[in-house]
Amino acid sequence: MASWQQRAVALARQTWAAMALPFVSLLLALLIGAIVILASEVVVPGRAFDLTLPFTAYAALFQGALGGLDPIVNTVRASTPLVLGGLAVGLAFRAGLFNIGAQGQFLLGALGSVTVGVALKEASPFIAIPAALAAGMLAGAAWGFIPGFLKAVSGAHEVVTTIMLNYVAASVIAWAVSGPLDQPTSPSPITDQVGNAALPVIIGQNGHMGALIALAAVFAVGWLLFRTTRGFEIRTVGANPDAARYAGMQPRLVVVLTMSLAGMLAGLAGATVVLGVTHHMTASFGTTVGFDAIAVALLGRSSPVGIALAALLFGAMRAGAPLMQIQTQSLIPAELVDVLQATILLSLVAHELVRRIFRLQGVKAAVETTDTIGPAYGRRPGIR
Amino acid sequence: MTSGVQTVQAPALEMRGITKGYPGVLANDGIDLDVRPGEIHALLGENGAGKTTLMNILYGLAKPDAGEILLDGSSVEITSPQDAIRQRICMVHQHFMLVPVLSVSDNILLGEEPMAGPIFLDRAGAHRRIRDLAMSFGWEIDPEQRVGSLSVGWQQRVEILKALYRNARILVLDEPTAVLTPQETKEIFSVLRRLRAEGYAIIFISHKLYEVLEIADRITVIRRGKVVGSRTPAATNEEDLAEMMVGREVNLTVDRGASQPGDVVLQIEELRVKDDRGSEAVRGVNLEVRAGEIVGIAGVAGNGQDELVEAIVGLRRPSAGRIRLADHDLTSVGARQRHRLGVGFIPADRHRFGLVLSFPLSDNFILTDYYEAPYARGMIRDEAAIEARAVRGIRDFDVRTPSARVTCGTLSGGNQQKVIVAREFEGEQRLLVLDQPTRGLDVGSIEFIHRQAIAKRDVGTAILLVSAELDEVLELSDRIAVMYRGQIVSVRDGRTADKNEIGILMATGGSQVAGLSTSPVA
Repeated sequence: MASWQQRAVALARQTWAAMALPFVSLLLALLIGAIVILASEVVVPGRAFDLTLPFTAYAALFQGALGGLDPIVNTVRASTPLVLGGLAVGLAFRAGLFNIGAQGQFLLGALGSVTVGVALKEASPFIAIPAALAAGMLAGAAWGFIPGFLKAVSGAHEVVTTIMLNYVAASVIAWAVSGPLDQPTSPSPITDQVGNAALPVIIGQNGHMGALIALAAVFAVGWLLFRTTRGFEIRTVGANPDAARYAGMQPRLVVVLTMSLAGMLAGLAGATVVLGVTHHMTASFGTTVGFDAIAVALLGRSSPVGIALAALLFGAMRAGAPLMQIQTQSLIPAELVDVLQATILLSLVAHELVRRIFRLQGVKAAVETTDTIGPAYGRRPGIR
Repeated sequence: MTSGVQTVQAPALEMRGITKGYPGVLANDGIDLDVRPGEIHALLGENGAGKTTLMNILYGLAKPDAGEILLDGSSVEITSPQDAIRQRICMVHQHFMLVPVLSVSDNILLGEEPMAGPIFLDRAGAHRRIRDLAMSFGWEIDPEQRVGSLSVGWQQRVEILKALYRNARILVLDEPTAVLTPQETKEIFSVLRRLRAEGYAIIFISHKLYEVLEIADRITVIRRGKVVGSRTPAATNEEDLAEMMVGREVNLTVDRGASQPGDVVLQIEELRVKDDRGSEAVRGVNLEVRAGEIVGIAGVAGNGQDELVEAIVGLRRPSAGRIRLADHDLTSVGARQRHRLGVGFIPADRHRFGLVLSFPLSDNFILTDYYEAPYARGMIRDEAAIEARAVRGIRDFDVRTPSARVTCGTLSGGNQQKVIVAREFEGEQRLLVLDQPTRGLDVGSIEFIHRQAIAKRDVGTAILLVSAELDEVLELSDRIAVMYRGQIVSVRDGRTADKNEIGILMATGGSQVAGLSTSPVA
């Protein structure tokens, strides 16, 4: 057995192996962002070239995200739906499923919550809030169940079905907020306020309790995946469906269950936004959360803690962007954050290339160095 | 190196003092190896002895820490497979590097497309060259045929053609016979002899001793990264070579006592099973396996063995017939229930059914029992019990691993197989289905698994052994059933069966002994 020093070294090595790629991706994104900023300066005429502008912009971004209580609350608030959405994508990844439908599940969850929230806007918060949250989770779960079910019975690929369902969800929202849920007194399509179903503010000016829900979800998903037999089934089906079948698991059932759970998490993300932030719904509600969630899940490598960290990073960029725009006199628009996020995502997807350029070892390579190969008999050390 | 070999010709290839270290291991430690034109030089060694590393260095896939490679006496640097091919060194890999959906000619031309003009391929000319080349061996091959539809033996010929098409003069064959029937092996040997006569230098990698003795002009044994010695076939024998390989005396034949068959454990009646494409692969099989006996199924791969085995362990639903385990009807029972009734399974494709390579060893040890005590209480996993199970399995079956927490993918094939054996052999199994249990393993691991199987037999487990290695079937089985085109064509006593006769039954089904080959040979 290895001594504790060896274990510590091995742990440090594993942590680095897991963290190196996201870390390098972030640095790369900041670097490319700086190039974009400098290039944009050249294009804009009649202004002195300022080599320090990227630093000014990043400093403002940082300050807007973490410089004080309110920025931090904003960061957490922006991260909350990304954590839940990231879990929805990451959990599905674990089962070998690519849930591109987090966006649709997110919208349906928000719709479920706003429907129940508006209906119970004058009820006691102790009834209204749980009921509205549950409605969001159920609606999201139902929207996740559909592609899971289709895959289980007919093999329809979830990437195709979830993309299609995203369009359907967007249309359902547009119909609902301009039809049955439309508030007649307002000229534009908008729902009524959720009233007492709104999530209470627990910190700062607008730090609602959705963050606690997201935190609980991180632990719940981690526990499910790694401490329960269900989670073992999900991971086994994802890693090797044939072995899962031999082990007596039922891959089809696991697929349906996982997609429903993923939908539930994405639906919960929608619920926290509608009940915690907007308090009502319009047709242009949260158009990117479900897609950012995919990037979050990739950056977090489908591990619950990793997803939480990745969501915080993306949330911080979202929260800091306005201040960056203000402090650079709108020279740098808030959309620079999209460039950063997209670059991170690109370097994650093209990870083989990034690994080669920066000579990063994969997780696998770090373990390959251990001497496990040896003759089957006798007691001598193995030789490769 | 021995210098007393008759040929005086200079070596076509010489590797001198090749040393290559990986963190913690010295994979090659000053290895010298040479091969002359018109010579078959066998490289013999166990899995992990360093054969693959040495060949990877030769093929430009690994960079040696020290040593040099000489071609016709002058030093060369080979840094990529392209370099190797340019130096006319070609490799026929153990797992064929062919694209199944492409045609024979496309596979051969891949990476070296002959052009007619700047844009278009010169297919017609290439087809002609390929056909001529094949015909020179008496092979009638259609360059347009898809490689995926060829038998394994023919795929190998395509690999060889590919090498020859590229003007190879040094051929490296990595365990070429691992997937072949005895007859196909004979055919490939005659090809190799011809290539030798034409002056090719051939390195033949294997761990099958009798084959090496039959085909090689010289045999070099390596162990733990070092050359142990070189012999000519005339000056050595199987026992001697095995001892050189392993470093101690090896029992090449398992000492199995007489079997004491008891009651019928597995009873298969009129079983019919379809394959993935829906055609009937098992066509009315009747078979019995008794407690305390090993029944071996011999057959050329693809004659319904896979489907039969999958039906027995519950991975494939039969279309007709019955499977009984003692007094239980298994026919419509799921894999988990069969496991609980005492059916263990060593799958042929251990990476597919046997293991989850990305999981730690511990999770693989409980793969089939994860849901019940002591590994789970309700829905909650008991990590301590799981770890304890793994530690016990690692100890009892001598799995070579730094801990139970490393992923299975980091273990060698032999150790991976031991994890499966440890999992499936534990407990009071009534039936063990062993499908190619020693495929790709080294002598030591094979010996270990054979002993375990005999031990299980002797405590009254019924064992069904399926193997493409006829020798393995002959060595272990108390009874041998020959499977041909989905049917059991003959059942023989395992002790008196004749290897040649079984080989012919495998190839022809025993109807008429017309030709030995199952493939068209002109």
